[in-house]
Amino acid sequence: MAYRCTVRNFTYHFDDLKTLLAKATPLRSGDQLAGVAAQTAEERVAAQMALADLPLTTFLNEAVIPYETDEITRLILDTHDADAFAPIKSLTVGELRNYLLADEVDAQTLTRLQPGLTPEMVAAVSKLMRNQDLITVSAKCEVITRFRDTIGLKGRFSTRLQPNHPTDDFRGVAASIVDGLFYGSGDAVIGINPATDHVRTVVRLVDMMDQIRQRFEIPTQTCVLSHITTTLQAIEQGAPVDLMFQSIGGTEAVNSSFGINTALLREGFEATRALKRGTVGQNVMYFETGQGSALSANAHHGVDQQTCEVRAYAVARLFEPLLVNTVVGFIGPEYLYNGKQIIRAGLEDHCCGKLLGLPMGVDICYTNHAEADQDDMDTLLTLLGTAGVTFIMGIPGADDVMLHYQSTSFHDALYLRDLCRLRPAPEFEAWLLRMELMNADGKLMPVKNTHRLLQAAGL
Amino acid sequence: MSHLPDQPDPWAFLQSHTSARIARGRTGHSLPTRALLDFQLDHARARDAVYSELERDALLAQLQTVQLPVLPLHSRAADRQQYLQRPDLGRKLNEQSLLHLSGLEDLTGVDLSIVIVDGLSATAINRHAGTVVSRLAEEVRALGWSLAPLCLVEQGRVAIGDEIAHALQAETVVVLIGERPGLTSPDSMGAYLTFHPQPGLTDESRNCISNIRPEGFPYEAAVQKLLYLLTEMKTRRLSGVLLKDEFDDNLLTP
Repeated sequence: MAYRCTVRNFTYHFDDLKTLLAKATPLRSGDQLAGVAAQTAEERVAAQMALADLPLTTFLNEAVIPYETDEITRLILDTHDADAFAPIKSLTVGELRNYLLADEVDAQTLTRLQPGLTPEMVAAVSKLMRNQDLITVSAKCEVITRFRDTIGLKGRFSTRLQPNHPTDDFRGVAASIVDGLFYGSGDAVIGINPATDHVRTVVRLVDMMDQIRQRFEIPTQTCVLSHITTTLQAIEQGAPVDLMFQSIGGTEAVNSSFGINTALLREGFEATRALKRGTVGQNVMYFETGQGSALSANAHHGVDQQTCEVRAYAVARLFEPLLVNTVVGFIGPEYLYNGKQIIRAGLEDHCCGKLLGLPMGVDICYTNHAEADQDDMDTLLTLLGTAGVTFIMGIPGADDVMLHYQSTSFHDALYLRDLCRLRPAPEFEAWLLRMELMNADGKLMPVKNTHRLLQAAGL
Repeated sequence: MSHLPDQPDPWAFLQSHTSARIARGRTGHSLPTRALLDFQLDHARARDAVYSELERDALLAQLQTVQLPVLPLHSRAADRQQYLQRPDLGRKLNEQSLLHLSGLEDLTGVDLSIVIVDGLSATAINRHAGTVVSRLAEEVRALGWSLAPLCLVEQGRVAIGDEIAHALQAETVVVLIGERPGLTSPDSMGAYLTFHPQPGLTDESRNCISNIRPEGFPYEAAVQKLLYLLTEMKTRRLSGVLLKDEFDDNLLTP
């Protein structure tokens, strides 16, 4: 179906829903690279005006990628909850923005609404929002998940301790873990990206991290971010796997390029749940996403990169994940050119993920060929703190020496905790107090060189 | 207060285990000034590398020993801004360069084309390409191989080498290109090799050697590995994922 909008006697035409969504998207390089972006600033606003007048029911009748050819479209439409949708079924996209921002719409209302929202509805409304709207709406949402600690409570904020090493050297990894723990990091997960995706490496890293966790009785979970098939093999070999990780995208074709589909994810989910390793809950999945992945795999079907991203959240929410994070600036300037585009995308992904009920974290990051620097990361970090971000990455000095990009540091997380008065997950906070790493005011304590953490892993 | 509250970390001895920026200390919740500026310096170097340009005269002087014509070429990306946002344009030659190649006479098939590309760090090329190209040319000539004119490409991506080598009727191509600068490695050079190069090939048709620089994969080791891969390609008449890399990098390090 075609859409149109007339601005001062000129009528803009949009051939179909995906074109309308793409043209309405705030400027970013990836949509320009794909050739789907608005040609002018006026065309973009015209598309936003047409989108604002679109009834939400349109999204239940017109798919951006055909139902017959894409399992994610089928998933989205087959699992849509008409009862949850009922309160907003007569609204347009523009009216949905007003609704989400209204004072009387609170966390409980938004939680009830989740199964009635499709990714495309959420992507559409986010395209009409300014950064402050994205922050306001995500700050209302509350998404709580549990494994060995409780993540996502109001007034709290967590970190993934990311102790990557260029050759997966055990002592190198352990040194970064100890550094992070001294800085109060790791309540979301201690999660390492392995340099090589070999099952033997994965088993050894999982074992090593589990030993550290048990030895110091740390109420957190560990994860090696290998391909799901590798982690499944590790489970078969008896490795103590807490969380199943996988990168996911928003089209069946991009997931094929990752070597996955929802059936394989289901297999990973069930295998990990069966281990029953959680103590306070059984959210066992950890997903990563990021705008641009579908385009980079030439698997976007002409759909803009932000809509593709939000469709990935439909896959994620199927498996009640403990953690989801968007690796927002990792993919490079051909998808998000500069600090402005990265900041906007980070806020969009966080807000859209929260609206769909996900425990959304953000890898606030950039590569050296992007027009961005640590100041831009500070800005996004601060905004996400006010938006109630579930977790961020903690990397020594913000410099990942294996993946070669810059993210956020342990210091950055302390800054946000101080500034926004945010505390770690309660179980982890109690551990930090018990280990005399933090005091009751949430301040780090000076560490003595006799501290028992320094005996970790044979260091 | 007699001194600034800069608290060193008592676990600094762990730094011997990793190049990660651990135990940098803190003042309040923040990085101490010195650690902050160290980071800024590394980032500044990486940024400068992204915007660096090929030092053509210096490179030509270094490449004189190879005794081959050098063709200056340019991709369709007009400048760095466009290059960064449109990788597709960096993979294709501009009109003038295409004319230049099609105007070459007496092309008969050659064994190897060496294509030198600025990529994301011309600094890497300025520092390392001269030595590696000279040594590689020396070695392949000792094997009796013929070489196409050298090509020096501005605003290029890896795949541009396929188009060039195809036009030069080369059986194999080595693309030397500046890699995306890391925070502590602004000058890593990559080498991409293809058998039967032609436009439209993708990464699975290529073999790669990464991080060529004295502090990473040293020159002579890189040259020996290039020779190994090129010889394997010519023997087995294929490249990329189908060419199993059984070269033992460890044999080269003392």
